[in-house]
Amino acid sequence: MTGARLRIAVVYPDLLGTYGDGGNGVVLARRAAWRGIEVELVQASSDRPLPVADLYTLGGGEDGPEVRAAESLVAEGTMARAVADGAVVLAVCAGFQIVGRSFPAADGRTCPGVGLLDVTTVKGPGPRAVGEVVAQPRPLPGTPPLPTLTGFENHGGVTRVGPGAAPLASVVRGVGNGGGDGTEGAWAGRVVGTYLHGPVLARNPALADLLLAWACSAPGRPPVALEPLDDAEPAALRRERLAAADRRPRAG
Amino acid sequence: MTGPGPSPVPAGRGPARPLRSRAAAAATRHVNRLSRRLGRGHGTVIGGRAGLALDPRLVARLAAGRPVALVSGTNGKTTTTRLLAVAVASAGADVVTNDTGSNMPAGLAAALATGPRLGPVVLEVDEGYLPGQVETLRPTAVVLLNLSRDQLDRTNEVRMLAGRWRSTLAVAGLSTVVANADDPLVVWGAGRAPKVRWVAAGLNWRADAVGCPACEGRIRFDAQPATGSAAPGRWSGRWSCPCGFARPEPEVWLEDGIGGSTEVVGIDGRRHRVDLALPGRFNQANAAMAATAAQVLGADVDRALVAMAGVESVAGRFTVAPVAGVPTRLLLAKNPAGWSELLDLVSPGTGPVVVGINARVADGKDPSWLWDVAFEQLQDRPVVATGDRCLDLSVRLHYAEVAHQTVPDPVAAVLRAGRDRTGDRPVDYIGNYTAFHDLLGRVGR
Repeated sequence: MTGARLRIAVVYPDLLGTYGDGGNGVVLARRAAWRGIEVELVQASSDRPLPVADLYTLGGGEDGPEVRAAESLVAEGTMARAVADGAVVLAVCAGFQIVGRSFPAADGRTCPGVGLLDVTTVKGPGPRAVGEVVAQPRPLPGTPPLPTLTGFENHGGVTRVGPGAAPLASVVRGVGNGGGDGTEGAWAGRVVGTYLHGPVLARNPALADLLLAWACSAPGRPPVALEPLDDAEPAALRRERLAAADRRPRAG
Repeated sequence: MTGPGPSPVPAGRGPARPLRSRAAAAATRHVNRLSRRLGRGHGTVIGGRAGLALDPRLVARLAAGRPVALVSGTNGKTTTTRLLAVAVASAGADVVTNDTGSNMPAGLAAALATGPRLGPVVLEVDEGYLPGQVETLRPTAVVLLNLSRDQLDRTNEVRMLAGRWRSTLAVAGLSTVVANADDPLVVWGAGRAPKVRWVAAGLNWRADAVGCPACEGRIRFDAQPATGSAAPGRWSGRWSCPCGFARPEPEVWLEDGIGGSTEVVGIDGRRHRVDLALPGRFNQANAAMAATAAQVLGADVDRALVAMAGVESVAGRFTVAPVAGVPTRLLLAKNPAGWSELLDLVSPGTGPVVVGINARVADGKDPSWLWDVAFEQLQDRPVVATGDRCLDLSVRLHYAEVAHQTVPDPVAAVLRAGRDRTGDRPVDYIGNYTAFHDLLGRVGR
């Protein structure tokens, strides 16, 4: 944490708020507050300078706003500097593409991303990937293994993970990154990208707690242990969603 | 819906219909009757499909030569269509309308094939089908209510839709467009139409309106006057983008009148009280839009508003009916803008609220939008979560710190909520599209 209180910034909800991903900020803020951590949740609108924060969340958006969000984040550089100082990032869908090296605009031209993750997105050849996703997290060094991820994807991009990042998970149901390698999402350092909506942290509280633990710990140190919460509601939802996905065909 | 007096609009006989159209219309009616007899739904869409298969131009042929009004937008279509239909009927005309909310071509065909063969036509049209229907039907009036996100996994980008409205309406020479001046996307959609009547109908949900459709810059909204503010005044404020795209000066608006009343100003140079049985400011705004369109079709505004006042429910919405013996007010919200309106409507109360969420095809299969809705407004109320996706809702309520019960079956959920009733206030049930219809289908059983 940079200060006495944990600051969580939802990045550009006016541009990247199309798919309910602002809920990730709510989940993080409640889970911190319920543990007695003093927390500030900032809706960082695109018409103001991006604040310095301990934890940034980015969500999905339409093509035009996605390009504008990337241009603004690249131009002002606050998020990249904060990440260099140890800030944590959760980037979803369009946000995932934005924090990568490059992604396609609606007219096909290639737009530079913020470059926090070594991933590159191109336009997919087929129809949009829309539907439930189940993915098995790959081991993240220095952290306990995460339970199965559940979410809902809705994207037309295909994302390739470069050598500077690692896939977040292997797809069990659904499409994920879509490059044919069966991967979903990516991570490097304290930056996590994923295609999962739901919002992803509403369905996967263990991922929320990993991000919070990172944000509460100095970079390079093992993450602090957070006290467990009563997760009856998220647990019931996870059981139901995983069972529902089980009734659908497996990923090819 | 017939009454005495002359029709305000010439109910001219259209050109003689070819045999194929007559056969197609007859097929529509027969299939619908069969469908209803078999107990399969309202029996509107299936017959319309049969008719359109026989004659793809059936809708245009059945409406030929008649005055037509089309109503579109994300929220309020069904209610506004109903208000406009009773307003036009108040002058004695026999009106054809699709009052079940079937708003795609098959539903339009079914309404036209089963309704009166002459006289005015008032149709609710799906936002995406509007351009095609404007070209086909050459309407006298087009009512544009609002545009916001709906059904996320249908990739229905609202900006693109506004652009399609814009290019179609630019050449729709015969139509008068009645458009909501408070919604930038609607203003963009109507912006090139030759004849527009701008109505300040308000905009409850702005999250989809901040990106300027003209330049992709950022639209700024002036502060909105507070509800029921002491000084009577207009309800909505200006908006503008630095590029110059800005709210047009509305010619029709709503004001707080004397003693808590509401008045609509500007339709015909006089002030008119808006007294509705339907609840909420958003329905008063729908009535202002409908009254303006009714006047375009030749109706008298006072008579139109009196007729609208008698509407108590619309396709089951706003009805108070017993559900397993528990008096229940049935409310439908399909998207964040609609939820915002209905939570504002119910939140002054203290009684139990049942919230029903499904994620079937008609609802959109991704209920992530639950996180765009301020369910925090239900804190301190007895709340029951129900529907196919009651567990998604339960997690949302958990993080909103709203204590609640989770009961998947909607009737059982209403029964559970009924235990917390005090006095004779009904339980409020708010469902999204199929969750609402699930419960509506079980009313009184």
